[in-house]
Amino acid sequence: MALKSSPALLGMLSRISQRAFSTSRALTSKPVTVRDALNQAIDEEMERDDKVFVLGEEVAQYDGAYKVTRGLWKKYGDRRVIDTPITEIGFAGIAVGAAFAGLKPVCEFMTFNFSMQAIDHIINSAAKTFYMSAGGVPVPIVFRGPNGAASGVAAQHSQCFAAWYSHCPGLKVIMPYSSEDAKGLLKAAIRDPDPVVFLEDEIMYGVQFPMSDEALSSDFVLPIGKAKIEREGRHITVVCAGRATDTALQAANELAGKGIECEVINLRSIRPLDFDTIASSIARTHHLITVEQGWPQSGIGAEICARVMESPVFFELDAPVWRVTGADVPMPYARSLEALALPRPNDVVSAVASVLSNRIAGEASN
Amino acid sequence: MMARALRNGVTFLRFNARRSTRLFSTHTRPEIENGIRIAEFPGAKAPYVTELNVLNEKTYDPIPIYRVLDKNGNVLISSEEPNIDKDTLLNMYKTMIQLYQMDKILYESQRQGRISFYMTNYGEEGIHVGSAAALSPEDLVFAQYRETGVLLYRGMTVTELVNQCYGNHEDSGKGRHMPVHYGSKQHNIVTISSPLATQMPQAVGAAYAYKRQPANERCVICYFGEGAASEGDAFAALNFAATLECPVILFCRNNGYAISTPSSEQYRGDGIASRGPALGLQTIRVDGTDALAVYNAVRRARELALQNKPVLIEAMAYRVGHHSTSDDSTAYRPAEEINKWTTEESPINKLRLYLERKGIWDAESDKAFAKEARNSVVRSMQEAERKQKPHWKEMFEDVYYDMPPSLQKQMKQMEEHLKKYNEKYPMNQFQPE
Ligand SMILES: Cc1ncc(C[n+]2csc(CCOP(=O)(O)OP(=O)(O)O)c2C)c(N)n1
Ligand SMILES: [Mg+2]
Repeated sequence: MALKSSPALLGMLSRISQRAFSTSRALTSKPVTVRDALNQAIDEEMERDDKVFVLGEEVAQYDGAYKVTRGLWKKYGDRRVIDTPITEIGFAGIAVGAAFAGLKPVCEFMTFNFSMQAIDHIINSAAKTFYMSAGGVPVPIVFRGPNGAASGVAAQHSQCFAAWYSHCPGLKVIMPYSSEDAKGLLKAAIRDPDPVVFLEDEIMYGVQFPMSDEALSSDFVLPIGKAKIEREGRHITVVCAGRATDTALQAANELAGKGIECEVINLRSIRPLDFDTIASSIARTHHLITVEQGWPQSGIGAEICARVMESPVFFELDAPVWRVTGADVPMPYARSLEALALPRPNDVVSAVASVLSNRIAGEASN
Repeated sequence: MMARALRNGVTFLRFNARRSTRLFSTHTRPEIENGIRIAEFPGAKAPYVTELNVLNEKTYDPIPIYRVLDKNGNVLISSEEPNIDKDTLLNMYKTMIQLYQMDKILYESQRQGRISFYMTNYGEEGIHVGSAAALSPEDLVFAQYRETGVLLYRGMTVTELVNQCYGNHEDSGKGRHMPVHYGSKQHNIVTISSPLATQMPQAVGAAYAYKRQPANERCVICYFGEGAASEGDAFAALNFAATLECPVILFCRNNGYAISTPSSEQYRGDGIASRGPALGLQTIRVDGTDALAVYNAVRRARELALQNKPVLIEAMAYRVGHHSTSDDSTAYRPAEEINKWTTEESPINKLRLYLERKGIWDAESDKAFAKEARNSVVRSMQEAERKQKPHWKEMFEDVYYDMPPSLQKQMKQMEEHLKKYNEKYPMNQFQPE
C-alpha cells in the first residue's frame, strides 16, 4: 500500500532528525532527544529501585550500540549494568531467570532483529510463566531496543516486530513515538509486573521533542494501554504508532491545508490496545485508516480492522477502512527503493483522499 | 601438536603414571584395568577413583599455537615448510595486498557517504589466503563477513565485490543485501547472512548433505568469530558436526574482539579450541598471522574432514581495524595495543619477508603491485558508481518462486504510479526493462 501515492520528497528522514516536533504541552518546555528520554527513564528507575538492572551486548563500557545506556555503567557499576557475551538466547534466558528470582531486568537487544535468537525465552517463558505457575512467579522484565527499519541496512536488519510480539498473550507491547512517550512508557514498563516488549526506533533516537517540566520530573509515568490523540480532527481517524506517527502527522498537516482534518491517534501501546479511543474517534469521524511500517498481513492494521468489524462501531463507518503499511517484500537495499517500501506522508494523504473521496466530492460541489 | 598435557603435580589420574600402557589400550576384561575399575555408564567410560578432584582451566596446559614462520619470515623448522609452488605463493601474497588496498579505499568511500557500510579485514589477511589456498574450489564456504580474502582468492573479482557494495545492477545479488554481504554460487560461497552464527549449524547441515553423496570429495568450511562462538547456534554446530560425523571444518577467527567486547569478557577457559576435544572434534590451534601455518592446518583438516572427521580450527589473530564503519575502537582500546600487529606480527609482512628470502619477490615488485591493486579498486569504484541500480521491479522478484497475485498487484500499482509521476523520480538511476 505504500505504493499508492503521489510522489514524496526525498530526504524526509534527514528532515525528521533536524526538526523538533510539537506535542500538546509544547510551549514552556525543553527539547530532549528520544535517546536521552530513554536514558533518563532507565536512570531514574535504577535510582528508585535497586532491583532494576540492565544487561545486553555492549550496554556497559561502550554505553550501548546506540548510546541509550550512556553513563549508566559509570554510575551504577558492574553489579547493575552488565555487558554480555554475544548470546541473545543466553542473556534473554538470564534475564528471565533473574526476573523469576525477583529482580527487574531491562534486557537490551542491539536490535530487535537479533531478538529472533531469543524468542523462545520471550514467548515460552517470559510470557507464560506467571500463568503456568498459577500466579506464583511474576516475570517483571523489559525487553527493549531499536525495532523496524533503520536506514540502508536491508532485509535482515529492517523489520518491525510489533505484530509478532503483540500476537502473544502474557506480553505487553509498547511502541513509543516522542520523547515524552519514551520516558513515561519505559518507566511504566520497568515498574510493570508483567513482561513488556518495548519497541524503539533507531531513526527516532536523535530526534528532539519538547518535554514539559512535568515530563522531565522523576515522577512522570504514562499509563500502559492508553493511546494519545496527537491531533484532533473531525473528518477521518488515522491510527498509528512509533515512527509511523510522524508520517501520519506530516500527512495531517498537508491535508489540513486542503481543509481535511485528521484525528491522529498514537497508539503508544499495541497490547493492550486502546480500542475505546479508536472507537470513539470513529464515532465522530466515520472514517478510518491505519499507518504502520510493518508488513500488511496479520499486522496491526489488520487487527484494528478486525476489531472494528466485530464491534458496533462498524456501523459508524461511511467507507471501508484502508491500511497503509510497509510493502509486502523484504526490505530492499537501494535507498530510493527503501523509501518507497515504507509508508510516506503522501501514501497517507492519498489513502485519506481515497477513503474520503465521496465526501470530498460532495463538499466540493456544495 | 594437540597434546593437552596434564599439568605436573596434578594428582587426578595419578595412576596413569604407574602404568606403561595407556589406560584404554586392548585388554580382556574391559571393566578392570590394572586393578582400576572402569565404569560402564552409557554416558562415560572412565575409571573410578577414590580421590575427589575438581578440574578447572588450569588443570591442563593451554593448547599450543602452531606456527611455521617467525616474525622475520624465516621457516622455524624446515620439515614444516609447505610445498607450495611459486605461482600459488605469489597469488596468496597478491590477494593479501589486493584485499588491503580494497579495504582502504572502500572504507574511505563509506566515510565519504558513497556506500552505507563497510568492514575491513586488516590483520586477518593471512587467515584468508592460507585457508583458501588449502581448500579445493569445489569446497563450500560459509563466511561470517570478515573473510573477503577467501572470496578474492576463490576468484571473485574486485569489480564483483565493489558492485555488491554499491548495489548496482551488475551485483549478482541484485542490489538487495547491505554492503559486504557477498555471495557467489559459481564460486561455492554461500551468501553472507547478518544474524551471527546462523551459518554454523547450516554449514554442518550442508556437510551432512555432502556426506550422503556417494564418493564425496567435497568438504564445507565455516568461518566464525570468537564472539559469534558464544551464540547457541555455535554449540549446536560443534555438537552436530561431531555426532553426525560430517565433512566440515569449523574455522574460528579469534581476533580478540567482538565490536567492543574483548575476548576476556566473551568467554573463560582456554579459548574456542578447548571446546573441540570436549565435544569430540579434531582440533587445531594455529597462528592466524602466519599464512603458511594456516595453510598447513587447513590442509590437514581437509584430509580429516574428508574421512568424515570434523575439525575445529582456532586461528589466533588481532582485529587491527575498527569493527565496522559504525565503530570507533579508540573508545575501548589503546592505540599502542594495535602497533605490534601492524608491524612485527603483521601477516602481510611475514609472508612478504618469506617470499623475498626465497627470491621470488622484491621491494620493486611490491611497490608496483600495490599500485596496480589500488588502481584496480579505484577503477572498479568509479565504474560501479556510474552503473545503474537494478530495475525497480527486482524489489518484487524472488520473494517467492512464482510471484503470487498479491505481489503482482503491488508491482502493477507501482508501475502505474511511476508511469504517472515518472518525472518526479530518479528513473534514470535504475535499469530500464
Ligand atoms: C544474532 C546477532 N547478534 C548481534 C549482532 C551484532 N553484531 C554484529 S558483528 C558483532 C560482533 C561479532 O564479533 P566476532 O564474532 O568476534 O567477529 P569479528 O567482528 O571480530 O570478526 C555483533 C555483536 C548480530 N549481527 N547478530
Ligand atoms: Mg572477533
